[in-house]
Amino acid sequence: MENTKQVKLILEDGTEIEGTSFGAFTSVAGEVVFSTAMTGYPENLTDPSFAGQILVLTYPMVGNYGVPGEELYESISKIFESDKIHIAGLVVNYYSEEHSHWNAAKSLGDWLAEYNIPGIFGVDTRMLTKKLREKGAMLGKIVAGEDIELHDPNQDNLVAQVSQPEVQHYGSGQHKIVLVDCGTKTNIIRCFLERDVELIRVPWDYDFTKIDYDGLFLSNGPGDPKMCEATIGHLQTALQQDKPIFGICLGNQLMSLAAGADTFKLKYGHRSHNQPVLLTGTKRSFITSQNHGFAVDTATLPAEWTMLFENLNDGTCEGIKHKTKPFFSTQFHPEAAGGPEDTEYLFDDFLTAVADYKNR
Amino acid sequence: MNKPNKVLILGSGALKIGEAGEFDYSGSQALKALKEEGIRTILINPNIATVQTSDNIADDVYFLPVTPFFVEEVIKKEQPDGILVAFGGQTALNCAVALYRGGVFEKYGVKVLGTPVQSIIDTEDRDIFKDKLDQIGVFTARSVAVTTMEDALAAGEKIGFPIIVRAAFALGGLGSGFANNMDELRTLAQKSFTTSDQILVEESLKGWKEVEYEVVRDQYDNCITVCNMENFDPIGIHTGESIVVAPSQTLSNREYHKLRSIGIKTIRHLGIVGECNIQYALDPVSEDYRVIEVNARLSRSSALASKATGYPLAFVAAKLSLGYSLSELKNSVTQTTSAFFEPALDYVVVKLPRWDLGKFEGVNRQIGSAMKSVGEVMAIGKSFEEAIQKGLRMLDTGKRGFVANKPETVDTTTIDQLLSEPNEERIFAINLAFEAGYTLDQVHELTKIDHWFLQRLSTIFRLGNQLAEGRANGLDGLETSLLREVKKAGFSDQQIAVKLLGEGDAMHGTKADELLVRARRKALGVLPVIKQIDTLAAEFPAKTNYLYSTYHGTENDLEPETDKSVVVLGSGVYRIGSSVEFDWCGVNAVQTAAEEGYKTIIINYNPETVSTDYDVSDRLYFEELSFERVMDILDFEQPEGVILSTGGQIPNNLATRLAEAKAPILGTAPARIDEAENRHKFSSIMDELGIAQPRWKELTSLEAMNEFVREVGFPVLIRPSYVLSGAAMNVVSNNFELEAFLQTAVEVSSEYPVVVSEFIQEAKEIELDAVADHGEIVSYAISEHVEFAGVHSGDATMYYPPQRVYVGTIRKLKIIAEKIAKRYEISGPLNIQFLEKNGEIRVIECNIRASRSYPFVSKVSGNNLIKKATQVLLGKKVERDESERVYDLPFVGVKAPQFSFTRLPGADPVLRVDMVSTGEVGCLGDTAEEALLKSMLSVGYKIPQKSVLISGGPIISKVALLAPAALLIKKGYTVYATQGTHRFFAENGIPSSLLFWPDELQEPNVLTYLKEKKIDLVINIPKNLSKGELDNDYKIRRTAVDFGVGLLTNARLAKAFIQAFCSLEMKDLKIKSWNEYKAM
Repeated sequence: MENTKQVKLILEDGTEIEGTSFGAFTSVAGEVVFSTAMTGYPENLTDPSFAGQILVLTYPMVGNYGVPGEELYESISKIFESDKIHIAGLVVNYYSEEHSHWNAAKSLGDWLAEYNIPGIFGVDTRMLTKKLREKGAMLGKIVAGEDIELHDPNQDNLVAQVSQPEVQHYGSGQHKIVLVDCGTKTNIIRCFLERDVELIRVPWDYDFTKIDYDGLFLSNGPGDPKMCEATIGHLQTALQQDKPIFGICLGNQLMSLAAGADTFKLKYGHRSHNQPVLLTGTKRSFITSQNHGFAVDTATLPAEWTMLFENLNDGTCEGIKHKTKPFFSTQFHPEAAGGPEDTEYLFDDFLTAVADYKNR
Repeated sequence: MNKPNKVLILGSGALKIGEAGEFDYSGSQALKALKEEGIRTILINPNIATVQTSDNIADDVYFLPVTPFFVEEVIKKEQPDGILVAFGGQTALNCAVALYRGGVFEKYGVKVLGTPVQSIIDTEDRDIFKDKLDQIGVFTARSVAVTTMEDALAAGEKIGFPIIVRAAFALGGLGSGFANNMDELRTLAQKSFTTSDQILVEESLKGWKEVEYEVVRDQYDNCITVCNMENFDPIGIHTGESIVVAPSQTLSNREYHKLRSIGIKTIRHLGIVGECNIQYALDPVSEDYRVIEVNARLSRSSALASKATGYPLAFVAAKLSLGYSLSELKNSVTQTTSAFFEPALDYVVVKLPRWDLGKFEGVNRQIGSAMKSVGEVMAIGKSFEEAIQKGLRMLDTGKRGFVANKPETVDTTTIDQLLSEPNEERIFAINLAFEAGYTLDQVHELTKIDHWFLQRLSTIFRLGNQLAEGRANGLDGLETSLLREVKKAGFSDQQIAVKLLGEGDAMHGTKADELLVRARRKALGVLPVIKQIDTLAAEFPAKTNYLYSTYHGTENDLEPETDKSVVVLGSGVYRIGSSVEFDWCGVNAVQTAAEEGYKTIIINYNPETVSTDYDVSDRLYFEELSFERVMDILDFEQPEGVILSTGGQIPNNLATRLAEAKAPILGTAPARIDEAENRHKFSSIMDELGIAQPRWKELTSLEAMNEFVREVGFPVLIRPSYVLSGAAMNVVSNNFELEAFLQTAVEVSSEYPVVVSEFIQEAKEIELDAVADHGEIVSYAISEHVEFAGVHSGDATMYYPPQRVYVGTIRKLKIIAEKIAKRYEISGPLNIQFLEKNGEIRVIECNIRASRSYPFVSKVSGNNLIKKATQVLLGKKVERDESERVYDLPFVGVKAPQFSFTRLPGADPVLRVDMVSTGEVGCLGDTAEEALLKSMLSVGYKIPQKSVLISGGPIISKVALLAPAALLIKKGYTVYATQGTHRFFAENGIPSSLLFWPDELQEPNVLTYLKEKKIDLVINIPKNLSKGELDNDYKIRRTAVDFGVGLLTNARLAKAFIQAFCSLEMKDLKIKSWNEYKAM
């Protein structure tokens, strides 16, 4: 290939991997994590939960269908999961320079360059994944020309960086839902708007207990949940009431922390579209989309809470619910995008709880 | 859970186009799953060459036809409490539907496990299927199911052209096709109605993407999609005829999950329990879709998906049918995670079909909505380029990959045609188009293949040019970075050699150059790495032994095997002449090696096999059986030995080169193998040993030929060396045919000379399969052909033990075999073919490897020849066994060929020296007649009800058919005859009714009678021995096949069949298991 530039991926354990640059030719540091999802890079890369992370894709050929053009749904993106790329860098085996898809507007490389995000290809991503699996997620950097320092994004308040600073209103349905934006994926908003909801999106540290609503939703988001002290504080107030609460991903962790349970960092997290979960106490299982590095420590759940879902691979907590009140949350992403849509019914369950609450 | 105690499993019978080795895999897995549960298993499958019909897999095996009559008889006798019908392809499914409708399961209290039969009917009956999907708002193609021609034409009017016609209840798209106008619709509909009472006329979605999902559901309504697959060839080409990639490459997340969700919704609604396949058409310019069909059973695609992902679909489906939930079952690859999960792939898989259309005279070479391919390969890589080039080589059609093949000069008109009318060679035509300067858009316009695939192919094309251009210094000028890049794009060392150094000399130039490239590459440190297939993209550690090699990597996933190990080379792609029988041989070799304390390593790339199952060997390399790749693996693993004599001709052909590279080949020395394979050397050695053979001569010129023919007389047999299944072999009866044939034969083999030999008519053909140890025969089996020599041994019907061979003859054969074994210092398997006429014995050929008949004779005789051969290969001292008992067997086995002519429009359905059968069965009986009749019924013949047509051919066969005709008359059959035969019969006092030849255009005409189904069986003996007579006889044969009338073209076989059905009725055929025969 002509005009190729070599770049390096360097890990905190000293591993150095050479590869070829695509996207922006620039250096970046972050936490190196892997995802085994086979499709959905436009969705993944714009997922705010990936903020600060250098993402390794195990699927070997990436960029095949290009990147779609921007379209709006209400005032949010119709296609992407936020209004920009959130990953710090991208690592792949094979980059499909030429792409083909009816709704592609540009190549993956051009899109990355637009947001000044570096990519590296020609990397043995399986070798890298095994290293991350064995040693745990590591800090790392993509070095393009100029070297930079390693940086741990988990030390930053990433939620504060990705949460929208203004209160925003969407839709005009009959159920008034407050969405606490810790870095929400837009498909969560779409899922609500398809369901007769008036949505009030508030910043992560906004005191929503002061406003009128029928149900509370806690979004996904990046980083260590314990950073979100303000959200946890407001949530503790909400837990005193009986209005339905539903949380996803970081929302699940915040719900747990507010309830008095603890969270911990997983060795290398769950980032894929094929995580199997069991509805605790039944034979019903679902395939879910996941993206998280922290998890709820089930052993620390207070007596009035119980496990709702568990992971069939490693037994970790995939959701909790209150034994008597309409509070529940999932570690996985019922809104999918990307990934399987098997658990989208949970939005209906939540809104049923909201309706029940209003009718009681 | 209420588990059954005794379960009956239906197999799929003989391998045929549309139904091949994949059902040996699925049935074997199901049997293992049930065995693990302590359930007693009964298998009905006449396919004696399969692994599933081996000892210790099912508790009892019935080598009987999978038809309602026989299955009911077995149920009556065995009284099973459950039955599995989803593991034997369409054959088993159709049989089960018939039994269900006949109330047989209810009558005997047999529970159908897994998907209910009603759900199967819902998916098979087009009308019901469409209604069911309408109920849940899932789109299907606009279509009308019709049962009459009038309705078919009316439907065509309503939907508008182009239109696709499909037959309901048909395997592999049989009776399907496209119609662009009313006339085409009429022709197509007429043909489809011969295979099915109901046909479907529907909107054509030509050019849409074709996508499939494998869906698994348990009885608790948990549902997953194990794999999705995208066809490289858009809709219009049957998925069995398409190049297929897994997972999909050009679908966005939205498209992928939209189709996935629809699949799950549909499968839940249909109530399937176990495994199924759902096929979609996806609009290439929107998210619009249609569901094409659901296969409520294990299928070719599910076997592929299983091999592609490492997820044991058939095994899991069998467990689910017992009532397990998915989450209760373990992922047997990781041993720790649950079976309720969807594999994540970190590689790409490409499946390519293999056709053998060149073997059929008159066949239509286009491919389309009906299956014609006879096998498939699966290639794994980290890029599409790497995988497709591997795959193109795996097909074993002489191609080196996508580029660097033997140059062809083709004009643009031909290229356009090859691109726009799909055919076997289309992918190579894409390269020709690139060479001719076509743009990607132009190729896309002609093929409708997605740009992404074409971009990848054009990358290969570009890299090939980069290698070729401006490299004066040849190999020395090749920079490491480019070398690495072309290896990542799947270039073989040979391709690199050709691009860099040219085609080489006439004889072995390319191969020598390949070695130079290999040496240079190794010196530069450009080596492949070994990666594992673990179902979860390395997310968790997995104990997987499922491996492939790639140049996209810097680290091997595992260390070489440290215990003493042996590598067994598999059989590669199934084609006419080599299929499941060699998989049986390979699996048995591996099992024996394991018993002898070796770690076993298999190299094979055929997804339809049991040898590529994750639990057969200690390590499985899903890789090319090429010199380069086998050496890569041997270099890495350093095994004690490599076995290449149990996989048929593909591994056998590697013997010399592997030996030159000092590979530790077990058994007979490769130099000896060459002396047997090379016809010239072989014949000289036979002369030296004083063993008679048909007179022969090497062809160098036409004059020399003519001289030889003057000496021995016509007919003569012509064939090239290194012959497999008689490729390019033919009998010619006169000078005209001789010249015509030579022109094509020389094309087929430029590296080896063509040999011509006298053709002895009316000679008996006898085969000996044996095992020798250091030149001493330690076990053997002799079988006899029903047909006289002249029918390829793969197409012949065989008795074991022999029925009409003198003891004296047997003794002579044995002495000859012993001489040969000694001269060639054979250690391991061998096969010798003999001719016997008037007590004189001649040797036709000798293969120093396992042969097609190994499973048949091993199973019938009870002496497992492969087991013994493997022990010899591993150096174990073996005892000479009691093969002499050959005549003492209290029962008889008959092996019969399965033909797939119905699937090959236009092909002349006739038996000759060139093999054309696609599979075989082997049945047992107390008498030769009983075994023969069971086998014939197993390959689709029916006992005629009322009438038989005899068109007796040359006088010699007319005479042979006199007695059988008399027998038919005596049994009350009406005998129809064409003119010559009618006259001859009349002269000999046998009354027959005259039917006119097709070209006599006069009634009563043969063709009319065939079309009106007034004839139950056709006996048509060709008038001469050559290919290419597409005349009256051809028309009779072809019409018989097209209208589903039984056809026999060999007088000896016809006689044996007539004698059998005239002396036995269905009720006389004993329902006896293999164990019962063994106990006799």
